[in-house]
Amino acid sequence: MTSFWSIWVIVLTLACLALIFGLLVWNLKNYTGVEEGASCGHEFDGIEELNNPLPKWWTYMFFATFVWSVYYLAMYPGLGNFAGLLGWTSSNQGVTSIEESKQAVLNAKENGHWVQLDKEFEAADERFGPIFKAFAQQDVLALADNSEALEIGQRLYAQNCAQCHGSDARGGLGFPNLTDKDWLYGGSPDQIKETLLNGRIAAMPGWEAALGEQGVEEMTAYVLSLSGRKVNQKDADAGKSKFALCAACHGMDGKGSVAHNLPFGAPDLTDNIWLYGGSQRAVEESVRHGRAGVMPAWKDILGEDKVHLLTAYVYSLSQDK
Amino acid sequence: MSNNGSTNKHEIVEKNVGLMAILTVFAISFGALVEITPLMFQKDTTQPVDGLRPLTALEMEGRDIYVREGCYNCHSQMIRPFRDEVERYGHYSVAGESVWDHPFQWGSKRTGPDLARVGGRYSDDWHYAHLMDPRSVVPESNMPGYPWLEENVLDGKLTAKKLEIFKNFGVPYTDKDIHDAKAAVEGKTEMEALIAYLQQLGTHLK
Repeated sequence: MTSFWSIWVIVLTLACLALIFGLLVWNLKNYTGVEEGASCGHEFDGIEELNNPLPKWWTYMFFATFVWSVYYLAMYPGLGNFAGLLGWTSSNQGVTSIEESKQAVLNAKENGHWVQLDKEFEAADERFGPIFKAFAQQDVLALADNSEALEIGQRLYAQNCAQCHGSDARGGLGFPNLTDKDWLYGGSPDQIKETLLNGRIAAMPGWEAALGEQGVEEMTAYVLSLSGRKVNQKDADAGKSKFALCAACHGMDGKGSVAHNLPFGAPDLTDNIWLYGGSQRAVEESVRHGRAGVMPAWKDILGEDKVHLLTAYVYSLSQDK
Repeated sequence: MSNNGSTNKHEIVEKNVGLMAILTVFAISFGALVEITPLMFQKDTTQPVDGLRPLTALEMEGRDIYVREGCYNCHSQMIRPFRDEVERYGHYSVAGESVWDHPFQWGSKRTGPDLARVGGRYSDDWHYAHLMDPRSVVPESNMPGYPWLEENVLDGKLTAKKLEIFKNFGVPYTDKDIHDAKAAVEGKTEMEALIAYLQQLGTHLK
């Protein structure tokens, strides 16, 4: 705040307090010319106004608020640029980047300023930090057997993941089931962690233009036949002849990118698990218009330690118990 | 004056509604003069955060839909500096993120979660499924569905004007932004616009 606005705030605040104080004192005396307790000289429907003084309890409370306001303005930031004797502030407002925000936390600590939010985090870090640190040093496989770690992971899951993958982790249309053994990007602890930290983007292109109406139908027939569905064999054969288009991501055998160590997130087409629905119409829709599956990145939101616990929880979901 | 010839000056105020109104406004204005006026001239509250950019034409249309559908009635866009909120939603909101938001959508009611940093948290597909029928992805949700957003197509007739008005508010739109605004949104659905708006929320503080 510039000194002009600082003075502006200080003068107006104090003037306002002084005015109200004056008003209160002024009203403590009887200026009406009517004796205390006597009638003010008017009545409506038998209700008469008497000239009673301000109630004592009310007046004392009013004075108490002035005492409080003086204390408050002395201790806390209220008068323009005056920071208050406690050096208290709620948060580091006015930062313009995350970097600056982190720096502000350090600066406040160095200068001994009491930043409420920072203190809350400090207290939490003291209490929970060692727990997270201890877990962070353990292997995911070990954590997947640790009920306390899984409980924390479960909370993190419910808060951040259940919106898409469901509170039972069985997913939904377009959102993968995490309880089965079918993985788009691999189900090893490292692969799961990578998915959680940095997110994943799958982009299946639409093939309508390349295949044509007939071609889409034929390809759909072939794709369905891969998981043993009864289809028109002639269509399926015609689709198969063009499957090289799909093989770049799904593999020539259609077993998906994980089976071939590819990073595309292309599903296994032979296991009868369908991310976007397994009806003929749904598969046709996928072939025709393509699909875009996006898993957001959680590194910046949750931090590595929490992602580590979450990895253990997600990993545990698909393990036989 | 009172009928017994008193010198009660307070009675003048009590018996003149107009005068009382003026004095009331005078008394209240102290609060505004101290709490609001300085904010309009302060660097802290008028300087954009480093990564801030104006909304694109499509996002601007999405913002209008956000307002039209009353999203702010249930969703705030203001992460307060408390640990529970910062842990749940991300870095607390700072003034520099709202400087080009006229009027800002901070809201004050949270029936649903805060949306100040919802951008990037979910995929576009999730938003689509969720806006069509929230219970298809979150069974416990009590949010209404907004399926008509998928049917309504934007014509972009007013988009350029909206950008121009925001430019007058000090949002740095270029002439090209305004010129291209209509073409950028024409034919897009309201659903696309709203999702585009949601996906950028809170992503500028880097």
